[in-house]
Amino acid sequence: MSADSAIDISGVSHHYGSRAAVDKVSLSVRSGEIFVFLGPNGSGKTTLFRVLSTLIPLQAGEVTILGQNLRSQATAIRGQIGVVFQAPSLDKKLTVAENLHHQGKLYGLAGAELRDRTLQMLAALGLADRTRDVVETLSGGMRRRVELAKGLLHRPRLLLLDEPSTGLDPGARSDLWKVLGEIRATDGVTIVLTTHLLEEAARADRIAIMHEGKLAALDTPAALQASVGGDSITIRTADPARLAAAVRQKFACEVIELDGTIRLEQPDGHQWIARLVEAFPREIETITLGKPTLEDVFIDRTGHRFWNESK
Amino acid sequence: MATQVPALPVIVTLAQRELVRFFRQRNRVIGALLQPIMFWGLFSAGLRGNNLGFEFFFPGTITMILLFTAIFATVSIIEDRREGFLQSVLVAPAPRWAMVLGKILGGSVIALLQAVVFLGLGCATLGMPGSVAEVALSVALMGVIALALTGLGFLLAWRMESSQGFHAIMSVFLFPMWLLSGSLFPDHPQSWITWLSRFNPLTYGVAGLRHYLHFNEKLEYALPGLSVCWLVTAVFAVAMVVLSWRIAGTRTTGDLL
Repeated sequence: MSADSAIDISGVSHHYGSRAAVDKVSLSVRSGEIFVFLGPNGSGKTTLFRVLSTLIPLQAGEVTILGQNLRSQATAIRGQIGVVFQAPSLDKKLTVAENLHHQGKLYGLAGAELRDRTLQMLAALGLADRTRDVVETLSGGMRRRVELAKGLLHRPRLLLLDEPSTGLDPGARSDLWKVLGEIRATDGVTIVLTTHLLEEAARADRIAIMHEGKLAALDTPAALQASVGGDSITIRTADPARLAAAVRQKFACEVIELDGTIRLEQPDGHQWIARLVEAFPREIETITLGKPTLEDVFIDRTGHRFWNESK
Repeated sequence: MATQVPALPVIVTLAQRELVRFFRQRNRVIGALLQPIMFWGLFSAGLRGNNLGFEFFFPGTITMILLFTAIFATVSIIEDRREGFLQSVLVAPAPRWAMVLGKILGGSVIALLQAVVFLGLGCATLGMPGSVAEVALSVALMGVIALALTGLGFLLAWRMESSQGFHAIMSVFLFPMWLLSGSLFPDHPQSWITWLSRFNPLTYGVAGLRHYLHFNEKLEYALPGLSVCWLVTAVFAVAMVVLSWRIAGTRTTGDLL
């Protein structure tokens, strides 16, 4: 456990009945970084989020958040983290200001401090002219901002967000990331979020890829993409199993079969394309060359297509 | 623990939220008052042949207002859960008992306000039901009954996932509880209804209100003594609040809807 880590997770498991939603996950989140848990639905990231946010009890393993033990010092942790849930947590019948007022009281803020802090957060998130609006009249993007203001009101050192861009259009999503970047830059807040959006994860400092409750990979987006090893070549063919076997035999290289395609990861992809098309001119229907994406990383580490489980 | 935030502002703020929400939904305000007033008129007119009139049904109607308002106020915990508000309360560093008490107090104040409005209506139409002191004490007793019933509502609603399920409970449990509280039927020594109602804590609340709101009529039926009424109602209220606090301490996946 290092002094500059915001979260240390060690051997954490969580079961719903006999099903392991999170299975012996260990990792550290550094202080001041934007950290993403990336995974398809059912990968265990939301369960882990709920454990970290103190919503559900820690079943097995150890977690330290901001130097405090999650099992024994949950209340102390609660005061120092801000939590933004996937489901909206605003009272829709109340105004923006009223929502923030109640939130402040729940976190021990009062009087002038609460008033100043509310105004400050509303201004920072571009909500200053919406103070008296009832939440149910706001757009989805606006509501997200109020959620964010709510989560940041008590100056948390760590902000946890579960699927924060759910229901946001691309413009609002981009705004959200801008705001997150500013929060980190001005207040040094560590930001941890979950997402199932690959392009969103690419904006993080580091990504933990979750798959079936396990940690499949953990690194910066660039390092993860580099780890796949060069370019990725995808071939569409009538009989993927046969072609995969043939390619393996001829070139003695690794080939992944996936949903009616076969896939190779090789440096110098352009040369491989020429080689492959020459060797199997009839079998290959289409062949594409791509720089590795986070989806390639996911496939490489898990042997599954990213979207399989949610289909 | 030192890092836990003070309880009182939490209680006040959550209770305040209940009130603001309630008065912002005007149909709730009217509905919770109108139905009991209609029942009051119908029962009083319909059962006049049995020598029972507006005065007889007055305390029972107050109890019904308390019951309906209190229960529907706490059923909103199901909404809080479904709409996500609850989860942000659950991860706040505030003590759990303060959150429960805030919710229950909010509901109780709403119920009490409605009952007092109806009490005013009674005074205006039937004259003062008792001395000023008696009326004041009856309001205090209403407050305790309201606490007990909101606590009961909280207890029933905490584990529920939809308010549909609550309607069943309302008709097979809460409405019969009101029927068997002496609100509607006068006490007959030999009746099984009387026997059953002795086990109903609400009976003692209604009886207490009858003691205070007598409209200067001579009571023709036996009532439990006033101190028994207060004692049972107070124990009922404390038990419901404590049980609510205990049940709210249980954290399950059900918290995550």
